[in-house]
Amino acid sequence: MSIRDQFEAGFVSKSDCLVKYQATAEPLSIEVHSSVQSLFGNAIRTCAMQMLEEFKVTTGALLVDDDGALDLVIRARIEAVLRSAGYLSQKRLFVDASSGISWQTGVSTIESEKNASRAENSASLDGGIERPVCSLVKQQARLYMPGDQPHFAINADFYGADILIFDLEDSVPLARKFEARILVRRFLENSFLFRKSERAVRINPLSTEESVHDIAEIVPAMPDIILLPKCESAMDVERLDTLLTANEEEYGLVPGSIRIMPIIESAKGVLAAYEIARASQRNSALCFGYEDFSRDIQSKPDIVKVAHVQDDGSQKVNIQLNPVSSIDSLLARQIIILASRAADIEPLDSSYSDIENTKGLLNSCYEARALGFTGKSVIHPSQIPYVKKAFLPSDEEVQYAKAVIAAYEESLKAGKGAVAIDGQMIDIPVVEKARRIIEESMHAE
Amino acid sequence: MQNDIQWINNALGRKIPLNIDGRLNKPFQDVFSDATQEQRGRKIKERAVQPSAISQRQKPDKLVASWDELFERLDIQDGATISFHHHLRNGDKIVNEVVARLASRGIMGLTLAPSALFSVHDALLPYIKDGVIAKIEGSMNGAIGAACSHGEIAQTCILRSHGGRQRAIREGDLPIDVAFIAAPCADLFGNANGLYGSSACGPLSYAKPDSEYAKKVVIITDNLVPYPCSSWSIRGGNVDYVLNVESIGDSSRIVSGTTQLTKSPTQLVIARLAARFIEAAGLMKDGFSFQAGAGGISLAATVFLAERMRNAGIKASFAHGGATKILVDLLEEGLLDSIIDLQSFDLDAVRSCAKNEKHIESDPFSSYGPHANGCVANMLDIALLGATEIDLNFNVNVVTHSDGILLHGIGGHSDASSGAGCTIITAPSFRKRIPIIKEEVTTITCPGELIDVLITERGIAINSRRDDLLWSAKKADLPCVDISQLMHDVYQITGVPEKPHFTDHPVALVEWRDGSLIDTIWQIEE
Repeated sequence: MSIRDQFEAGFVSKSDCLVKYQATAEPLSIEVHSSVQSLFGNAIRTCAMQMLEEFKVTTGALLVDDDGALDLVIRARIEAVLRSAGYLSQKRLFVDASSGISWQTGVSTIESEKNASRAENSASLDGGIERPVCSLVKQQARLYMPGDQPHFAINADFYGADILIFDLEDSVPLARKFEARILVRRFLENSFLFRKSERAVRINPLSTEESVHDIAEIVPAMPDIILLPKCESAMDVERLDTLLTANEEEYGLVPGSIRIMPIIESAKGVLAAYEIARASQRNSALCFGYEDFSRDIQSKPDIVKVAHVQDDGSQKVNIQLNPVSSIDSLLARQIIILASRAADIEPLDSSYSDIENTKGLLNSCYEARALGFTGKSVIHPSQIPYVKKAFLPSDEEVQYAKAVIAAYEESLKAGKGAVAIDGQMIDIPVVEKARRIIEESMHAE
Repeated sequence: MQNDIQWINNALGRKIPLNIDGRLNKPFQDVFSDATQEQRGRKIKERAVQPSAISQRQKPDKLVASWDELFERLDIQDGATISFHHHLRNGDKIVNEVVARLASRGIMGLTLAPSALFSVHDALLPYIKDGVIAKIEGSMNGAIGAACSHGEIAQTCILRSHGGRQRAIREGDLPIDVAFIAAPCADLFGNANGLYGSSACGPLSYAKPDSEYAKKVVIITDNLVPYPCSSWSIRGGNVDYVLNVESIGDSSRIVSGTTQLTKSPTQLVIARLAARFIEAAGLMKDGFSFQAGAGGISLAATVFLAERMRNAGIKASFAHGGATKILVDLLEEGLLDSIIDLQSFDLDAVRSCAKNEKHIESDPFSSYGPHANGCVANMLDIALLGATEIDLNFNVNVVTHSDGILLHGIGGHSDASSGAGCTIITAPSFRKRIPIIKEEVTTITCPGELIDVLITERGIAINSRRDDLLWSAKKADLPCVDISQLMHDVYQITGVPEKPHFTDHPVALVEWRDGSLIDTIWQIEE
């Protein structure tokens, strides 16, 4: 431990708070500043006192500088400073088997109970209820959210993503990893915030120490999926599988309930794609990561565009090139698709980085779909409707959906009960699905 | 003095003073029963009939050479009521200039009657503290609203909707001594419009009642054109003086100019849901009409609605309210037959208003007049509006925040709600940590009986008075939620906020459109 005596977590920004803890021998003091002081000042203070009690802190000065953070965020930030300062939660003791380091988290009683009930839910999986079976789960639109910025996550359930990914890797600077994983864990624990979308975490690469801490912190909060970045071999997946199983067993969870999505983003990874895809029963998809891949193989796809413009001497030239990154990654993408399909899991494409360019995004999605990908990741919620539009329904599907609704409404008018189209019985879930297909096909703006 | 106030609960159970500052008030009774008029024959304030200073064979000389000459001729006394419009928005220079000049002439106890104030007018705060301004009858935004909430304005202020303000001026409840009308384009006779010049702002709608009923009317322009100025938003026959100045406003801040679609994912979710609802409820039919504000959600909802209109081959007859590039594009595309414009929010709207005959400049009497024989609001099928709070009875608050501080004006909110066939409130279910749905709103500005639908990212809550809409929404599998369930769901996320603490000192009164009092705004306990 360093000899620091001042600890800090969070930011003064919308829906977040900056928490500072000064370790002194003075009796405990709490200072709260908030943009919602008159409405929640007392609540914030109470929350701070509960946390200090839970961590048995009796001295020092705690400062909360809040801009409308939810309780869970305030707790995460306080937990981060107190753990940095060497305090341990009195609620629960974790032992990281691999490193022998003692871990303690601030899981509150209520949240632990919620976890328990989640565990029960997943236990009932064997009975075939509650959890959808993997192959029926839609994985088309996966939304990445920076793990250390709470405002992205709060309403994320309503953005229409199939999977919400809390990122602990690239979007979180090294100095923020510790507090980010605490925040992510607390979001996962508050599972009522995420009823529509599945919850995933992109941990740090297994080659880093951070990844072990990520898993130890995250697994007790039961994410649905772990994304494994910079995956280069079957061994990576096997190692993660083993780590997950160990942690699941330790916290009384059903082993195997957390799925894995390896992200392939290097030449090595591409060449090992099939082994990676087959490495674990937990694998539900192979993801492609273009940016890192391009860096790894040192490709320069932009050079083509630039050269064309220069040769022509005019800016007006209409470049008849594939709009996206396919030139340098086409083979890699195809290998990932082949590997996934051969292993009977889904191939999922990389994200499209230009948020403003919706035409480019749509092109990129159509291209991915044409190649055989079943989904794409997005880096901004505004991209989700486009991915949905490109991936979900084909014209035939839409025609069929329209026929279903027409038949259903006809039967309602006629006062008949069940109807069938092409031999398939039309019941309410089928009608609802048909409506969703039409909705998603027509109204991606 | 305050001890003499008689209090009564109005029909919504809100405590209002029957008399205050020598003014007699009527409690709000009902949305459409007229609490202020005993009989149908209503009094219309005649402009004090004065012999015209203009003899028949004389070309009128209204042009004054300087501010000093203007004020000498106006001879404004302590306690006078002066009025302004807000078309120059945050670029306005005239309100601050006039008040500063009156202050330096030693005038005290003014009543300010602006159609709205913006943050640029925070510069008035010292004059409020010094007693130059004793009262504000008009919207109070930002720091001035906060000053009012903290009891810093000497007298009890009055908040009115745009329609209510027009009614009060027309019927003599708000007598204006001098109307100062900033005009981007005017001639020496006083004809004026907002369409041309470096300070062009679009219509001058909100200044029209002032120009018709104020005792004295002054046009202040930075673009004096040869007589006759083309297009007379303000008619010179109502104008007493014309003053030419260097600049009436900072043109870069006149337009709020958010033509970019919002990037807020929550706002986009709400906007998409609103457009979906409008189609599913059968409101999007050929020739329909709508009013959508200039907020992020409303603008996005308009874009998404247009997409649906395009897909379905449906055209709207008109859009009403503030005009934006988005509406102008729809007008030019032919998806809209016309725009009825009360104020332009960007330069595209200003240009369109000047050149397109289908882009009609309106005024508050025609658009919102509560005692007009119908107004544009009555012709509306849909009003898509915002709110700072809404309660379980669908009562809406647009003026105070949950901490009790006055921060906004009513604008056309209650007028559009009263007239439109379907009033839809769009809002995030909480902002930062502050829930917008509450058991009881802090201040009622619009009664729940006029609010049909609340659309949030967490689903659509439909007023039980509108079973028809509920049925259509459910039929289309829209996510319908019970408003009280929604409130509790949000409380689970945010926690339950504390109630603001007020003193028993009223700082402002909220008038319903008819002039009755719908609520009281109380001083914040420090």
